[in-house]
Amino acid sequence: MTIDKILDAKGLACPMPIVKTRKAMNELNSGQVLEIHTTDKGAKNDLSAWAKSGGHELIKIDEENDVLKFWIKKG
Amino acid sequence: MAEKKKTTIVLFSGDYDKAMAAYIIANGAAAYDHEVTIFHTFWGLNALRKDENIMVKKGFIEKMFAKLMPRGADKMGLSKMNFAGFGPKMIKDIMKKHNAMPLPQLIEMAQEQEIKLVACTMTMDLLGLKQEELMENIEYAGVAAYLADAEEGNVNLFI
Repeated sequence: MTIDKILDAKGLACPMPIVKTRKAMNELNSGQVLEIHTTDKGAKNDLSAWAKSGGHELIKIDEENDVLKFWIKKG
Repeated sequence: MAEKKKTTIVLFSGDYDKAMAAYIIANGAAAYDHEVTIFHTFWGLNALRKDENIMVKKGFIEKMFAKLMPRGADKMGLSKMNFAGFGPKMIKDIMKKHNAMPLPQLIEMAQEQEIKLVACTMTMDLLGLKQEELMENIEYAGVAAYLADAEEGNVNLFI
């Protein structure tokens, strides 16, 4: 998987992770992949729902030392 | 892409916590690519007030209202546990600890995300608030303009 952009949203609280994700996503083209790092526990549900509603594909979620990592492919 | 969805929020409350909830939902909806409108009426208008004292001609009761109402979002009280102004201080401290965005920044973020901030002109008259006292880049309208947005809306809240 090629990652086209990495967004560091660690330490940010709701609603900032999705606000930043949307901003970063707008800079990508369809098919490109965004990697997001966050520490907000709600982000798991938030980003899954957001990706689904926007027609993007959530490829993978990973958790490492309290940091949640997401890979979303732009739809 | 399909036509954008719409979120409309009526902010009636002038409480810091309730306004914060309204602005968090609004910013979230904007991140969902919704067209978002926040219609400020009654005490909610205080969220749009500038924090400095602006000299405008007012009657006695209007002047009293101006003195008694919070001048801007940061000066608003809490709906619960306000403790005569000590509550907001506590919550702001806790928010800092948890990296939650304070209300003034949430409003700034809303403007950055092109959320339409509307002031209800009828209640502005009632509370004696003048355009000069409110933030720049907001719109002025009444119930019809709000309904025009809301009737096509997908999410509609009264806070």
